[in-house]
Amino acid sequence: MTKDETKQVVLEIIADIAPDEDISNLKSDVRLRDQMQLDSMDFLDIVMELRKRHNIEVPEADYIQLASLDSCAEYLTPKFTALGK
Amino acid sequence: MSLKTPRIVITGVGLTAPNGNTLTEFRQNLLAGVGGIEKKEIRYMGELLAGVCHYDALKYQTKKELRVGTRAGSISIYCAREAVANSGIDFAAFPKDRIGVYIGTTEHGNVETENEIYAISKFNYDTKYWSHYHNPRTVSNNPAGEISLNLGVTGPAYTIGAACAAGNMGLIHATQMLRLGEVDLAICGGVSESIHTFGIYAGFKSQNALATHPDPLKASRPFDRDRNGIVISEGGALYTLERLDDALARGAKIYGEIGGYCVNSDASDYVLPNPGRQAECVRKALKSAGMAPQDIHIVNTHATATPLGDIQECEAIRAVFGENCPDTYVNNTKGYIGHCMGAAGALELAGNLPSFDDLVVHPTINVDNLDPHCALPGLVLNHPKKVGKVDTILNNSFGMLGINSTLIVKRFVP
Repeated sequence: MTKDETKQVVLEIIADIAPDEDISNLKSDVRLRDQMQLDSMDFLDIVMELRKRHNIEVPEADYIQLASLDSCAEYLTPKFTALGK
Repeated sequence: MSLKTPRIVITGVGLTAPNGNTLTEFRQNLLAGVGGIEKKEIRYMGELLAGVCHYDALKYQTKKELRVGTRAGSISIYCAREAVANSGIDFAAFPKDRIGVYIGTTEHGNVETENEIYAISKFNYDTKYWSHYHNPRTVSNNPAGEISLNLGVTGPAYTIGAACAAGNMGLIHATQMLRLGEVDLAICGGVSESIHTFGIYAGFKSQNALATHPDPLKASRPFDRDRNGIVISEGGALYTLERLDDALARGAKIYGEIGGYCVNSDASDYVLPNPGRQAECVRKALKSAGMAPQDIHIVNTHATATPLGDIQECEAIRAVFGENCPDTYVNNTKGYIGHCMGAAGALELAGNLPSFDDLVVHPTINVDNLDPHCALPGLVLNHPKKVGKVDTILNNSFGMLGINSTLIVKRFVP
């Protein structure tokens, strides 16, 4: 899976957990929280959906890695690759 | 506040029922004999009957709020917002810490817990897939708490668990809190999301108390000889209540005044009603209102269309009202909307409130063959009845574990 594909996976999750938001123009290098209404429960949603949909675990200490789309791609792409995706 | 017990009045109504999403629509359908029961797929059980509400959930909530919250919370928010708008109060300027939210519920948390168990069943029951929203969704105060979040209410907001007596309980508790001066405006009544839990269906079915009928609209038939149980429904009815002086000061429309009430307990059985205690509840409510049975013009019964329960309530009503109340008419609302559980009492009161204006008693429908045991004097069957006077409504709601509630609302007379 490429980093762009990883970003797409994250965007699909965000679209479901923040259905009122326009996510078409999210900047990859800016914190998600600074661009849209996301609280701590929403980030737990992202973690849960990664687990449910893709069997990917994000330990609490690594939550900070999900701050932006770029950091998500950096952090998650190797995990997808390790799963053979 | 004066030293006299403050008079409490109803100044706003917001509701959603299986056959209407405003008081006007609901009332029109009650007078036209239009019910709202349909077939619904119930998890593990197949197609059963339900009273489903079709209000616009996005009118007052975002998609995200709907995803995170509960159906009971959504119904509560819709009804609360509608009631506040209907009251005409300047809500933006009203001190939010002086508002109380008191929501009657039969139960809460079954729906959300069942959903989570079903969800983790797809993951071999591994609890790491259990939602972090489970606790805020299932705490007992959830429906009231969702209102406080949505409306920015910072006063007390909580639910009152009282089985199917709960709808009345919301209004009764609000009356008490207003009289104590705890709050200046109450948003109160009852809500239910019970059609979304298979457990309630399965429980009633195991009890042989779940209605069946080829025609959904004929399934809920209180007082009919061939009634065979309850149709479970969702819904909500919330009111704004105020002290009379406050309502008059702002020129509010007044729907009615709280006349009296009683809440008591059977202390006799988990499930079976107790006509003696029900009669006692009605008598005590009359006493608190300073009224005699002859003073009541509409008795809205709780009867849920179970074979035994209807007869027992009729026994209680007969014991109180006898044969000498020529101006007392008796009706029931569940033939239209099924049993809205925690919302039942509040919704059924709402359906009768317009009688103060139009002097029409809505009928009990689906009575093709009146059960002689339920042939109460003054029973209004199948067709609306224009009457000479409606100054008082007595509303019964009873629930499991033997909780009874009777609320009397009277025409407001300055």
